[in-house]
Amino acid sequence: MGSMKEVFNSLFLKELLKGMSVTGKYFFARKITVQYPEEKTPQSFRFRGLHALRRYPNGEERCIACKLCEAICPAMAITIEAEPRDDGSRRTTRYDIDLTKCIFCGFCEEACPVDAVVETRIFEYHGEKRGDLYYTKQMLLATGDRYEAQIAEDRALDATYR
Amino acid sequence: MDFPTAVFFFLAAILIYASLRVITSRNPVYAALHLMLAFFTTGGIWALLQAEFLAIAIILVYVGAVMVLFLFVVMMLDINMDRIREGFWSYLPLGAVLGLLMVMEMGLVLGAKYFQVPVSEAVVPAGVSNTKEIGSLLVTEYVYTFELAAIILLVGMIAAVVLTHRGKKTSKIANPNQQVFVKAKDRMRVVQMPVEKD
Amino acid sequence: MDALMNFGQGIFGGIWPAVWTLIKIVLIVGPLLLGVAYLTYFERKVIGYMQVRIGPNRVGPWGLIQPIADGLKLLLKEIVVPSRSSKAVFIIAPMLAIGPALAAWAVVPFTDTLVLANIDASLLYILAITSMGVYGIILSGWASNSKYAFLGGMRSAAQMVSYEIAMGFALITVLMIAGSLNLVEIVNGQARGQFADMGLGFLSWNWLPLLPMFLVYLISGTAELNRAPFDLAEGESEIVGFHVEYSGMAFALFFLAEYANMILVAALTSILFLGGWLSPVGFLPDGILWLFAKMSFVLLLFLWFRATFPRYRYDLLMRLGWKVFLPLCFFWVIIVGVWMITPLNIWN
Repeated sequence: MGSMKEVFNSLFLKELLKGMSVTGKYFFARKITVQYPEEKTPQSFRFRGLHALRRYPNGEERCIACKLCEAICPAMAITIEAEPRDDGSRRTTRYDIDLTKCIFCGFCEEACPVDAVVETRIFEYHGEKRGDLYYTKQMLLATGDRYEAQIAEDRALDATYR
Repeated sequence: MDFPTAVFFFLAAILIYASLRVITSRNPVYAALHLMLAFFTTGGIWALLQAEFLAIAIILVYVGAVMVLFLFVVMMLDINMDRIREGFWSYLPLGAVLGLLMVMEMGLVLGAKYFQVPVSEAVVPAGVSNTKEIGSLLVTEYVYTFELAAIILLVGMIAAVVLTHRGKKTSKIANPNQQVFVKAKDRMRVVQMPVEKD
Repeated sequence: MDALMNFGQGIFGGIWPAVWTLIKIVLIVGPLLLGVAYLTYFERKVIGYMQVRIGPNRVGPWGLIQPIADGLKLLLKEIVVPSRSSKAVFIIAPMLAIGPALAAWAVVPFTDTLVLANIDASLLYILAITSMGVYGIILSGWASNSKYAFLGGMRSAAQMVSYEIAMGFALITVLMIAGSLNLVEIVNGQARGQFADMGLGFLSWNWLPLLPMFLVYLISGTAELNRAPFDLAEGESEIVGFHVEYSGMAFALFFLAEYANMILVAALTSILFLGGWLSPVGFLPDGILWLFAKMSFVLLLFLWFRATFPRYRYDLLMRLGWKVFLPLCFFWVIIVGVWMITPLNIWN
């Protein structure tokens, strides 16, 4: 009896029709496509996009060249050189992030004791040459200066979870 | 020269070229392709003679099926042309005699007046379907010949199966028949177990 | 119409019939190629909708210019000819693929008078011409001088040849009840019957009494077209197809051929099983629009299949063709034959 039923089902393509009814139903379903340049999905305050170096409100750069980020970076994308500044404080002379190597894991941000290196919400950037994606200290600081308000707000929101 | 004659000479030229290439081409695949072209052109010539059923049949059977299988074989074989050409000169006398014989026979068929098709009878009245005519002739007047041909083909088919059958396969192969009919309960066993307490 | 004929006669004189035939060919092939272009668009839209996406919508309003943009892109791309390949065959193969797909339209009737060549054995002609399409595939595989393409070509060719047999047998039942090889007469035969007299024409079309053969034809047609779920040629990740070495317009020709064949099979299914240009109910007039509606429905089915079913495995595919469809067809040919000589015969 059971095998008769199976033969009947396979002869009349029961399972195929079942599958087609599913896709047929979704044909009329509401479409969930996000029309990207015009519409964007909401971002988390933990979004890990383009890197930035921050400054204190008085204009002093935060980075103390502890090299923790360089040490933890799994892709070895960060290169830091440091020496004492004229006033005796330890500062970086070179702070480069090679974005072609970076995997955007966010470890550098977590390792930083002074919240100097952060990942911002910026993800729409490009380089026309390979070298364009090699970000130097000046470029990173410039990004930090430009988006400081947003970065500070995101850090404040995230602080309760840390 | 009227239009059908012009088409005939055009097709005939292609046919002769293709047939020549079949026997002169060095690459067996090209030879097979030219044979296909020859069949196709033959179909065209037959269509010109208002034998559209035969024309379509030669394309359907020879071009569409036989030559495809032929190409399969020719493409997969590693044919060494030099080895085949080795005996050319020793076979030439025999081949030449056979060729001459065939030319003579064709000359007899085409030249002698007994074999000429009476042209006036070839005119088909409008509305006669030659597919239907061939069909009704096959199952009335020539029914035994037709059946005999079918039996010969069947024998050929069985012979091909028997010749290529190499006994039971010893290697492990997937059997799609079993796979299709497999059910969840063949593969999985649901076991009732008391809950373990410690 | 007569005025047009006289005008043409005046300009071209004796060669006017040839010119008129050429014009008719252009009138069929032009819309057909446009239909092919927009079938790719509708395929992307329909599959997108079934996957809860919206499909192409950037080029032109609702993405309507998309197929033209795709075509231009493919035209401008370089055709890479592999080294040590047979160049002539490599170039001819895509043409051999698309040629039969277009040539078969010569005998497809759009209404009982609107047909380019109403020849007597039009169905046989279509079978013969479409069986040539397999050369494009097998030669492209061989000419590429690549083992993957060669094996892919063998695979696809074997698939097409196998399913041609099941398809042919499904058609035999249609021929038996129509008593003719002429497509116009096959459609006209479907206009007769008990249900047609009651004004329910769609119940006396061939699909109902020949339902198993209709399904066999539809599925074999999908396999014959190398369409999903039988599109092994396109399974890049698991199995390689015959056109791996092709690029640019040569590659596009294979796709044009596939879509032109899709439209052809849709037209044939409509004519052989769904009553062609006949109206489904008695109170509506017959007409070419019904044929187009039925073709669109069958084409939608092909797209729907593609959006629904996972790709078939090759050995299962061969099993389906030879061990399921072929015996089923034999069986059904005998059943229809017996049916026709009993008093229950409904096709008089």
